[in-house]
Amino acid sequence: MENEKVKSSRRKFLKSAATLAGATIGYTWLKSSQFLLYGAEPEDKTLPWYGIVIDIEKCIGCGSCAKACKLENDVPKEPFFFRNWVEQYTVKNDGSVIIVSPNGGMDGFEQTVPDAETFKSFFVPKMCNHCAKSPCIQVCPVGATYDSPEGVVLVDEKYCIGCRYCVQACPYGCRFIHPVKKVANKCTLCYHRLKKNLAPACMEVCPTGARMYGNLRDKHSELVKFLKEHTTQVLRPHLNTGSKLYYNALSSEVR
Amino acid sequence: MEPHHYQHLYDILTHAQGYIFPNEIDLQWGILIVVYPFITGLVAGAFILASLERVFKVKVLKPTYQIALLTALSFLLVATMPLISHLSQPQRAYEILITPHSTSAMAIFGFVYLWYLMVVLLLEIWFDYRPSMVVWSNEKKGVMRLVYRILTLGVNDVSPRALKWDRKLGYIITVVGIPSAFILHGYVGFIFGSIKANPWWSTPLMPIIFLFSAMVSGIALVMLVYMIISYFRKTVIDLNVLDTIGKYLFFVLILDFTLEGLDQIQRIYEAEESFEIIKLLVSGKLYLTLFVAQGLVGTLIPLITLAFLQFYKHKIKVRKSMYLIVSILVLIGVYSMRWNVVIGGQLFSKSFSGFTSFKLGLIGLDGSLMAAFWLILPIGILTFLLWLLPPWKMVPEEE
Repeated sequence: MENEKVKSSRRKFLKSAATLAGATIGYTWLKSSQFLLYGAEPEDKTLPWYGIVIDIEKCIGCGSCAKACKLENDVPKEPFFFRNWVEQYTVKNDGSVIIVSPNGGMDGFEQTVPDAETFKSFFVPKMCNHCAKSPCIQVCPVGATYDSPEGVVLVDEKYCIGCRYCVQACPYGCRFIHPVKKVANKCTLCYHRLKKNLAPACMEVCPTGARMYGNLRDKHSELVKFLKEHTTQVLRPHLNTGSKLYYNALSSEVR
Repeated sequence: MEPHHYQHLYDILTHAQGYIFPNEIDLQWGILIVVYPFITGLVAGAFILASLERVFKVKVLKPTYQIALLTALSFLLVATMPLISHLSQPQRAYEILITPHSTSAMAIFGFVYLWYLMVVLLLEIWFDYRPSMVVWSNEKKGVMRLVYRILTLGVNDVSPRALKWDRKLGYIITVVGIPSAFILHGYVGFIFGSIKANPWWSTPLMPIIFLFSAMVSGIALVMLVYMIISYFRKTVIDLNVLDTIGKYLFFVLILDFTLEGLDQIQRIYEAEESFEIIKLLVSGKLYLTLFVAQGLVGTLIPLITLAFLQFYKHKIKVRKSMYLIVSILVLIGVYSMRWNVVIGGQLFSKSFSGFTSFKLGLIGLDGSLMAAFWLILPIGILTFLLWLLPPWKMVPEEE
């Protein structure tokens, strides 16, 4: 009788110990690996958490940003590789939309649609959206692309295996395979400049101040002030990428 | 890099239609990524056919059991090669195994693959062949004796008790193997189906469609291999075997066709923001490979033929040639399906406003010769395996 009791309590103890151990291991594993779901969270609260604003109303389509980006970041000059480019949208009176970006807008634009046929026309600069829930980071099989503590999406060139899955996963077409380095390449928000308190090259050269970056966590920053005073929108909100690139005056034709 | 390195991109640029993002001119996944799911599908399909015999005791299919297993192994050994040779940093491929990123669908593939190869396929074949290998190691002389000795891994016990255990363990592995084969290929579908940026790929049905098309292609391949082996060995093709495989092929093909049809109907009816560009894609650049190669040649003609063969039981020679043609057509159809998914999904811009074009090169790591090599290599491996482990020379099993 005594023996049975001892056995049963021992069994109970072992059972609960095993459950506890399993739960702990399971929890740590899930926590550390963010299993399946990816979402960047600002870890170090003392660091800035960067966001970007592009004001479409201010963009004149000069292409300086695209040019500056190629120069600053050593992007191949051929028209197939861009970290930053400008699109020209022309909505015609019949409702059709013409989109062009010759050489990424680096050489400026020419309007081929006559004024009489034009309903409206505008420029949309494009760059990495530095998403908080980046599909590109989610799919990278080795973790070569990652979020910096400031929320900037970066690529470790020494680690990338060149599988191109991230290029497929980016809904905005912001990634490419560097033809010489043979690894994924993309906008770094000029991380090397940010670290020296310098503005990204595209923002430095923009003659109209159509681009702005800033700390989303600092409620008094210029960026947050702008977001408060304007109705902004991200690209493809339904994809839930957590984009941190906010457009002011974004027209519904833009994708 | 010299300007001529970019010549092909300039050529594509002149063929682009509408607006595409500038980074999209260079199409990322070429023919090797078409070959990869095709090969993986053959593996899963062949294995599932083998399991039918074993688990569901379809005795008629006995002559194809080992053939199906060895076919699955031959293709599985090559399955990762197109992937690795497609990487732009292939020397870093091992990183996927040692530092896998848990949220990446691709990262887990290495483990699913290894599980399937090491735990399922190799073990099942080993348990099945062990008694025969023991006998062969005693019969043969010289090098071959040593080879079979090594292959038995020193387990030479052929007592009835040991043989019973072989069968029992082999059976358990087959039972584990069926869901594994489902996972292996359903998983390949998930690699595409989970990309929300691409509306041509992003559908929850993708893993299931991949799975059923895998079964279709694997079953057709085993049927073809069985006929070819019989031809070379100058043995009579057992029509019962063809009829039974044909019946399974018929049913799975119906399921596959229905699933893919449902997927398209859903797309057409919902007509989301990508609908216009996809409509242009299927009626333009994919017309030949989707409607003609996959739909007509690979699905409808085989379906009608197989339906006809269900009740047409006359001229044996005619039926044999019909099965031969059906198996080839089905393989062409499934290959086209992989093409339509992989290449088709990259032809339209994610701006949904234009198309890039794909020019298939002949030479180079991503050329059609390389793709052909990865498709022919498994056939070479299979020939070798059939020579090393001939199913027709196996020691008959005592029931």
